[in-house]
Amino acid sequence: MSTMIPHRDDDPTKRPVLVESSDFHEVTEIIAGPTETKLNSTWILLLGLSASFMALMAGLFGYLFWEGTGVWGVNMPVAWGFAIVNFIWWIGIGHAGTLISAILFLFRQKWRTGINRFSEAMTIFAVMCAGVFPAFHVGRVWIVYYIFPLPNQMGAWPNTRSPLFWDVFAISTYFTVSLLFWYMGLIPDLATMRDRAKGVRKFVLSIFSLGWRGAARHWQNYERAYLILAAISTPLVLSVHSIVSFDFATSKIPGWHTTIFPPYFVAGAVFSGFALVSTMLIVAREIFGFKKVVRMHHIENMNKFMLLTGTLVGYAYAMEIFIAWYSGNMYERYAFWNRALGEFWWAYWAMITCNVISPQFFWFKKIRRNLVWTFILTIFINIGMWFERFVIVITLHADFIPSSWGYYRPTWVDWWTYIGTFGMFFTFFLLFLKFLPQLAIAEVKGVMPEASPHHHHDTSKHGGH
Amino acid sequence: MSSATIASPKPAKTFGVLAEFKSPADVYHAAEKVRDAGYTKWDVHSPFPIHGIERAMGIGDSKLGWIAFFCAMTGAFGGFGLQLWIHKFAYPLLIGGKPMVAYPAYIPVTFEPGILFTAFGSILGMLALNGLPRFYHALFRSENFKKATDDGFFISIEARDPKFTVESARELLASIGGTHIEVLED
Repeated sequence: MSTMIPHRDDDPTKRPVLVESSDFHEVTEIIAGPTETKLNSTWILLLGLSASFMALMAGLFGYLFWEGTGVWGVNMPVAWGFAIVNFIWWIGIGHAGTLISAILFLFRQKWRTGINRFSEAMTIFAVMCAGVFPAFHVGRVWIVYYIFPLPNQMGAWPNTRSPLFWDVFAISTYFTVSLLFWYMGLIPDLATMRDRAKGVRKFVLSIFSLGWRGAARHWQNYERAYLILAAISTPLVLSVHSIVSFDFATSKIPGWHTTIFPPYFVAGAVFSGFALVSTMLIVAREIFGFKKVVRMHHIENMNKFMLLTGTLVGYAYAMEIFIAWYSGNMYERYAFWNRALGEFWWAYWAMITCNVISPQFFWFKKIRRNLVWTFILTIFINIGMWFERFVIVITLHADFIPSSWGYYRPTWVDWWTYIGTFGMFFTFFLLFLKFLPQLAIAEVKGVMPEASPHHHHDTSKHGGH
Repeated sequence: MSSATIASPKPAKTFGVLAEFKSPADVYHAAEKVRDAGYTKWDVHSPFPIHGIERAMGIGDSKLGWIAFFCAMTGAFGGFGLQLWIHKFAYPLLIGGKPMVAYPAYIPVTFEPGILFTAFGSILGMLALNGLPRFYHALFRSENFKKATDDGFFISIEARDPKFTVESARELLASIGGTHIEVLED
């Protein structure tokens, strides 16, 4: 094998090497290997811990169900509270996965193959965590199916002209399409694992890999399906947070009724999504030894994305304030004055510090390529994006008439339900880390220079055809 | 090859001939020669899609785009039609004096089902075009074929090809650099 100095398709001085290996079998070993080892005690402990928090979440929803909405801190001016803050935060987290799997695919960003499986999994679990909040926030969760256009005994149908109804379609489509896309990507990798397995494990993997045998005629349809899914997921991912922002933007509440909301929400979603992917990836590549596949180059690229989207978000904050002033509308002006200097000033400035100032450190290459700095800054961004949603939702506490102003104080149930959703997220994520290939085996092999059919023949500069 | 290894009531039928190649480049050039030899019922197997292999094999474009397009239209028209039907006929609900057929407000629920149906159409369509799921296949009888999902590159020529004879297929695959040549029973 041509191990030492292979003929790279791309000039290595110009483009960083994506995979630090020239042996396909080694890639299989690196990625499929961790799924085949015995369960280790740290993993079991972490799973137990996460599962207990998930159980706590379920218990608290049960308590809410039994006792009524009074156990949450929502009140009449602030009717949306934690449930909606957490819903938007979680759904935003999911956006990085689809962006990486769809948009970067269309732009032929080959480095995405190192991180796409991982972040798509995070998308699915984050959307699951997001989904539970509005389901319970409707109040009567036992009739939550009324949100779908289903025939019922009253002959009633939902009002499809309402953004809340659009939201139902956007979120459920997003979840379903992300799951399908993820599963399709897994089929060839499950076949790889099947061919290494024995016994019950082989039986289960055989079923889920659907008898995949790597035929070129199959790959052709498969790649076309991948392209179509990427092409439809690109507008989908942009539509999801746009539609979520319509819930706010189509209302007449000062501070919400703005046209900047859809792009601003999408940029924020991608920003927070990349931050959480980066946080988790830094830990996972240390633990599972993926350093040959997930390289510093990947981390740096994600940091560049955070710099871009963080700056866009900062621009949106500035523009909101400018428009509030420029509109000459006293309610609009008050809403922003109140955000920055009112009772919730601490949330506003936490948001500005974490979202606008912290990503600016990524202008420096040294910081972009430093794992400790990256880890700390991504944590700041995760916190900051949660505060952004809190600031937006809490705008409700002081709208038009001072006599109807109020204050919002989350209860212990609010806090622990939110913390409980982390348990749910990590439970599923730990199961994924252990039982499924964390990186896309076939795709990683496909971007290696050795995968080109002209690898041994083309010594000239041009890459492929 | 005719000495069946498993006891079966019927005499075993030959599925075809399987050969292994060293690298994507080797299997690519071998595929060009199998194509030129006039075979039609044959395939290349690799752990990842090899760029441009469909040209080396001389196979046409995937038809999946048409299926996806049909599904996209079904979803989008279905979504729009559902809303139109709800507001015009099933449950006309007057809210704030807004028109029933407020088509700009129908756009999100036209778009989303369009996407949803396309996703189902392209994945189920891909599986249908590929004849999957199929849990039994003669190729899985080969122990060596397990490498096809790891680091092995294979060409299989099937017995249902009109030009197929065991000898000629075996000879061709050997002459173009195939190793571990096996004759597989169905």
